Amino acid sequence: MSDTTGPPPSGGAGPSSTRKEPPPSGGAGPLATRKIRRRGAHPLARFLVRRVLLAVLMAWGITLVTFVLTNLVPGDPVAANLGQRALGDPAIVAQWRAEHGLDQPLWRQYLLHLQGLLQGDLGTSQQSHRPVSQDLAEFVPATLELAGAAILVSLVLGVAFGVVAALRRDRLSDHALRVLSLIGISVPTFWLALMAFYLFFYRLQLTPGSGRVDAALGLAPAVTGMQTVDALLAGRWDIFSSAVAHLVTPALVLALYTIGLLTRFTRSAVLEVLGQDYVRAARAKGLPGRVVLFRYVLRSALVPIITVAGLAFGSLLSGTVLVEAIFAWPGIGQYAYKSATTLDLPAVMGVGLVVGVVYLVINLVVDVLYGVIDPRVRLH
Amino acid sequence: MTLDISGLKVSIGGKEILGGVDLRLAAGRVHGLAGESGSGKTMTGLAVLGLLPHGARVSGSIRLGERDLLTLPPKELNRVRGGEVAMVFQDPATSLHPMLTIGKQLTEHMRHHLRLGRAEAKARAVELLGKVRIPGPEEAYGRFPHQFSGGMRQRVAIAIALACSPKVLIADEPTTALDVTVQAGVLRLLRGLCDELGLAVLLVTHDLGVMSAVADEVSVMKDGLVVESGPRGQVLREPAHAYTRSLLDSLPDAELR
Ligand SMILES: Nc1ncnc2c1ncn2[C@@H]1O[C@H](COP(=O)(O)OP(=O)(O)OP(=O)(O)O)[C@@H](O)[C@H]1O
Ligand SMILES: [Mg+2]
Repeated sequence: MSDTTGPPPSGGAGPSSTRKEPPPSGGAGPLATRKIRRRGAHPLARFLVRRVLLAVLMAWGITLVTFVLTNLVPGDPVAANLGQRALGDPAIVAQWRAEHGLDQPLWRQYLLHLQGLLQGDLGTSQQSHRPVSQDLAEFVPATLELAGAAILVSLVLGVAFGVVAALRRDRLSDHALRVLSLIGISVPTFWLALMAFYLFFYRLQLTPGSGRVDAALGLAPAVTGMQTVDALLAGRWDIFSSAVAHLVTPALVLALYTIGLLTRFTRSAVLEVLGQDYVRAARAKGLPGRVVLFRYVLRSALVPIITVAGLAFGSLLSGTVLVEAIFAWPGIGQYAYKSATTLDLPAVMGVGLVVGVVYLVINLVVDVLYGVIDPRVRLH
Repeated sequence: MTLDISGLKVSIGGKEILGGVDLRLAAGRVHGLAGESGSGKTMTGLAVLGLLPHGARVSGSIRLGERDLLTLPPKELNRVRGGEVAMVFQDPATSLHPMLTIGKQLTEHMRHHLRLGRAEAKARAVELLGKVRIPGPEEAYGRFPHQFSGGMRQRVAIAIALACSPKVLIADEPTTALDVTVQAGVLRLLRGLCDELGLAVLLVTHDLGVMSAVADEVSVMKDGLVVESGPRGQVLREPAHAYTRSLLDSLPDAELR
């Protein structure tokens, strides 16, 4: 059992570090229990603190990596940002470099960058001439709204479809869902986005075209920057329904791949758990079918499902770049594309940081869920 | 209450697994069921609870008192499961849910079948843990299966099976996965509970040593049929069937005395 300094973080940070096999028991007698009590903290609380500290450490790592990668990019930001005339004048070039700190050694640039970050200063975008933080505050909520909706939809539908397919194995609904999930996994997102746009908007005129709300309605007063939420907060049902109508198609397009993936993984995870002894034992106890499903089957199946979901949400984020472009969704994907093509380094670093932190948060949530679901993860 | 299995036939995918099994369990008696691997012992136990694998076809009858379990509607069968007929499985490492506390797994069916409140169920669960001799039952209540040894887990599984005061207990090789040193303890416990609570026990095992230690009646299965059945002394001392004799011959002599 662990000593008084506490156990080391269980090797690595990723989902891969989770144990599937129960660790050998022994030594966990009443003595060990008393020891934990004396130390005071709830095991789940200690588990959470450890995970959050690790996440902070990794956030620092992300700043380092984005900084180094951004500075490794072959390409001269000076050439990308100054006109032909100005480039010809060494004095102007030197002044521009000094203004943007490019004349300092790299490590000093990084320290300055880090110092700025701690004060919420991400530098100034060379394109928009606004603070990068201000740009991000404008574009990030739109992407969060789109990706968040897609994640929600894919979780609900993917898990539900997978469970239904598993419970109705080899029947018609199972075959239908498997075909659907195969389509979802294999159709490229950009093609799907174009087809959906063409079909639902251009031909059938079922959905509003691009953007986030009808221009005629105006925007809800900004609180979170997410139109659906802000409209609800302001009690503007007209804006809310318009925002939802705009959101549905791009979110579904973005979600389809993840729905397919989750359907597939949920189906096999549930089937595997259904064959476990403890499920048969639960049935032998005469528990109602729904209790067996939710308490016994889904709880275990959730561990592999969460692993896949965490990974899938990462790739869902990269899908936003395409979907935002096709549906003219003013999100961070568009911003990232624009800043990358103009070598707007502060903006690129800002985007990198945001994306890195989002991945980190997803990973943290996945790790914490492991601990919440599986006592073997948090008790050792 | 008695459990009367007669003419039980089971086939899966056209293959006959049981070819007409007859077994009778009586209150307060341990009925030992022996037989080589694949002879259909587990399938017999599962058939009683209606837990046969998908696509299994069953015929014959399994009478619990007045009712035939094979024709019972699903709702009533669910009341019998855990409530009147309970089962202990072979491997305690896999038959408890790893993510639910012992307490939860001990009380959920009590609350469902007996409609007990949380506190009542807990009190009874702690009492049961004491009865199967788990040290520190209060503390054990909040622990997870992986925090117990194999023998202790099997005791927990037995406590779970006994929680709703069933009349019939089916124990499918309850000691096979356990260390020899703890096997005797678990068996003695089963025997004691049978006498104390008047349980009818079906003890599946392919260990004739186990059989001679605790069973009142012994049946021997081979290829989906019961080939020999009778009081322990008779079957083990004067086996009528050649197969039983060969099983006995393969044992070290000392074990049967
Ligand atoms: N899910 C299944 N589908 C089809 N046949 C099965 C299935 N499970 C078991 N069988 C077959 O049923 C027969 C009886 O199996 P059973 O598990 O009852 O044997 P057993 O006497 O319990 O053996 P053991 O001592 O190994 O546990 C075997 O021939 C086995 O191959
Ligand atoms: Mg068996």
